[in-house]
Amino acid sequence: MPFIPHTEDDVREMLAAIGAPNIDALFEEIPAALRTRELTGIPDALTEMEVGRLMRSRARKDGTPINFIGAGAYEHHIPAAVWAIVTRGEFYSAYTPYQAEASQGTLQLLYEYQTMMTRLTGMQVSNASLYDGASALAEAALMSVRAHRRSKSARILVPASVNPTYLSVARAITEGQNVKFDVLPYASSSGTFDPGSLSAFEGQDITAVVIQHPNFFGLFEDVDAITDWAHANGSLVIAVVNPLSLAILKPPGEWGSKGVDIVVGEGQPLGVPLSSGGPYFGFMTARMEHVRQMPGRIIGRTVDLDGKPGFTLTLQAREQHIRRSKATSNICTNQGLLVTAATIYMSLLGSKGLERVAAASQTQTDKLIAALTRIDGVKLAFTGPRFHEAVLRLNKPVKPVLAALAERGIVGGYDLSNHYPELGHALLVCATEMRTDGEIEEYANALREVTSDG
Amino acid sequence: MSEPLIFTQSRSGRSAAGQYPHEAAARVPEKLRRKKPAALPEVSELQAVRHFTRLSQLNFSIDTHFYPLGSCTMKYNPRACNQFAMLPEFLGRHPLAPDAVSQGFLECMFELQEMLKEVTGMKGVSLTPMAGAQGEFAGVAMIRAYHRARGDLERNEIIVPDAAHGTNPATATMCGCVVIEIPSLSNGDIDVDALKQSLGPKTAGIMLTNPSTLGVFERRIQEVAKLVHEAGGLLYYDGANLNAILGKVRPGDMGFDVIHMNLHKTFSTPHGGGGPGSGAVGVGQRLLPFMPIPVVARQENGYRWLDERDVPQTIGRLSAFMGNAGVLLRAYIYMLMLGRPGMQRVAEYAALNANYLLARLRAAGFDAAYPQRRASHEFIITVKRQAKELGVNAMDFAKRLLDFGFHAPTTYFPLLVPECLLIEPTETEAKQDLDGFVEAMIAIQREAEQEPQKLKGAPHTLPVRRLDDVRAAKQLDLAYVEAV
Repeated sequence: MPFIPHTEDDVREMLAAIGAPNIDALFEEIPAALRTRELTGIPDALTEMEVGRLMRSRARKDGTPINFIGAGAYEHHIPAAVWAIVTRGEFYSAYTPYQAEASQGTLQLLYEYQTMMTRLTGMQVSNASLYDGASALAEAALMSVRAHRRSKSARILVPASVNPTYLSVARAITEGQNVKFDVLPYASSSGTFDPGSLSAFEGQDITAVVIQHPNFFGLFEDVDAITDWAHANGSLVIAVVNPLSLAILKPPGEWGSKGVDIVVGEGQPLGVPLSSGGPYFGFMTARMEHVRQMPGRIIGRTVDLDGKPGFTLTLQAREQHIRRSKATSNICTNQGLLVTAATIYMSLLGSKGLERVAAASQTQTDKLIAALTRIDGVKLAFTGPRFHEAVLRLNKPVKPVLAALAERGIVGGYDLSNHYPELGHALLVCATEMRTDGEIEEYANALREVTSDG
Repeated sequence: MSEPLIFTQSRSGRSAAGQYPHEAAARVPEKLRRKKPAALPEVSELQAVRHFTRLSQLNFSIDTHFYPLGSCTMKYNPRACNQFAMLPEFLGRHPLAPDAVSQGFLECMFELQEMLKEVTGMKGVSLTPMAGAQGEFAGVAMIRAYHRARGDLERNEIIVPDAAHGTNPATATMCGCVVIEIPSLSNGDIDVDALKQSLGPKTAGIMLTNPSTLGVFERRIQEVAKLVHEAGGLLYYDGANLNAILGKVRPGDMGFDVIHMNLHKTFSTPHGGGGPGSGAVGVGQRLLPFMPIPVVARQENGYRWLDERDVPQTIGRLSAFMGNAGVLLRAYIYMLMLGRPGMQRVAEYAALNANYLLARLRAAGFDAAYPQRRASHEFIITVKRQAKELGVNAMDFAKRLLDFGFHAPTTYFPLLVPECLLIEPTETEAKQDLDGFVEAMIAIQREAEQEPQKLKGAPHTLPVRRLDDVRAAKQLDLAYVEAV
């Protein structure tokens, strides 16, 4: 029996100790009419060898195309040591560190993670992670409503240059609590948000303003002006950032004259593989004054009975298992294992290594744009300074182009036409430090073929 | 045993330079540029590897210890699930890659949806919720959307038994509902009379765990379902305890309209030191139009994701992509290895282990919270008597168990039972490990009678002794600051 260690003797002895005639008797409290007869829809068991064969054949179907999509998930090199350690059973098969004394490894690691994230984002306090970047924005929106004591509106301004899926998720998750998101257009010439357009909201009760930087199009926003306007208007500021970009970009804690209030984002670029969209982790950092409004686990350093330093879950009075219906969030499990990966990744790369990865990604994206825009009918939509993504305009619909590229082993980018029809045949592309000059050339050749025929 | 913080091992100028890509200069406008590098550790690769390996060794885990944490289903996480989910094609697949180069992955997800439908008796499954609590959120949001779509706008009350997990009431609040708590009877069943009184025209639904967190099967579930449905409400099944009934009784057959499953419990995906989880939801006919997206469909020309255009009444998206895909692959592989008979054995041997452990502990003099009931896959021992007579409480037993090499059971939950230990052995533990746990409990009981200080001061053999939680919350130290 796979994964069940019982011998026949064991079963007999155990039933005797229980005083039950057979295992079936243990289910006698379930009404007979409800009992399941057989699970006909479940196939016969496979051995480990067979399941390995099946999974390899499924994997081969998908192959390993060359990837040029970012759009919130980025393919970076992950040092071999990261997942070799992450998948050690002591990390992999432990649980939430409720018993602190038996979980000091996980707890100390999370404390180190919190420290690294506060330093990277320039903020004072970090939680131990949320599910992903999108749900982290939802949690930040709810947190801003709790943290802003004077604002009664639960109204949040969001430029349309924020990841549109993040906005959908934030709406879905906050809908029951009447948070209102006002979406403001980006400037069609620059692809960035014009802080001047905020003047229409001057004096209004706005709980928070969201800034994504670099924005969904890969472009840098005027973060100082937006932050300062929001604070002058009595609003909080929620920054959505790519943590890798913070190796080269001014941290949100220094935006404007006093820095933002809450920072969230997708932690995936820090040592987590693409793996079809998850598991990733959302991160959240904030000013210390808002710590009691934060959702999720927070680790603190304290001392034991002998005065020796140790780590423990703290501020649990915010959480669902204590506060129940009055908790800051219903979140319980977070993304501990992915945070383990990120902490090891950041330790191996250090700020110097992260800076190199960020710069190399930016450089390869520049090369990609140069190569692709040499093709007739391919134009760069926005020319402002950017990180490692850019919007291209094609002379024909994007979807069939992407399909044709996929046949050539190239995943060519993300089709923006659903979310941004006003951009026309727009394609969001990305190159990280993983893309070689040869791969970029291969993409350019394939795109030339695909866009020229017909 | 202890390990210094990685920051104290850092030396300026040291690096794991083999991990760096080739030199390139970043181009950032002056006013957006980072001026001072973030103070991340500067260590060699070996230092990092050694540091994090040592940290791992400070943990208890399933791979190293019996971990009978009630309500968490800490069963063996087969290594094969990890290895095959981490095949390079799966790890390298971008979530937004076209369907044409995703058929292998999508086929796995589709079959997982189908298998989960079969074992739960539901009509549709969405895999996107990223944890149990998000699955709960999806479930209650669907119930709200259902009533709203019918123009039934007044229904905003969610009934929750007092024994429920804290996530249940927290979720109802997040969905904008009002929580109505109902009591449990002394035999562990729901108080059906109290339920009747709380049902009415404002009832949106009820959230139930069955078997309940008290470790017993809710025997009057059919009557409860009938009452709630007659009042116009829907039934939500919290899948926290699905391991107890897998293959024995299906939530869909009990009358539930929506469920979430904790794949990290019942389907053995790793708990990872607190996540990632995965909280797939299953729905009955009535809630099919409201499922969170995306969902995988099989069509003539292959598998594809259904989105807003296919499911216009959806409650929406809960993650940036499609949830915790890698966790879902692990659950899928686990289910394939169990197969039909293996799936039914899970609950059988989980119940056998729980009832055996309960019988042995009772024989050793411990008090069951519900002695007249069968245990499900878990059960509650109360040390109320020891607390009164000997001055040692559930926490003391829990901490002393750590010294004996056992992870502690869940303590002080459910809140209804004073001085409780919620014990869930799972089906993957061998009899001799359960016997070892009983021996440890007997030894600790003897200590409680003869030298209670041993318990009060426990643990004695772990990296730290009992921690000052009050100080942790009062003198907040949440990030390291170097001494200047």
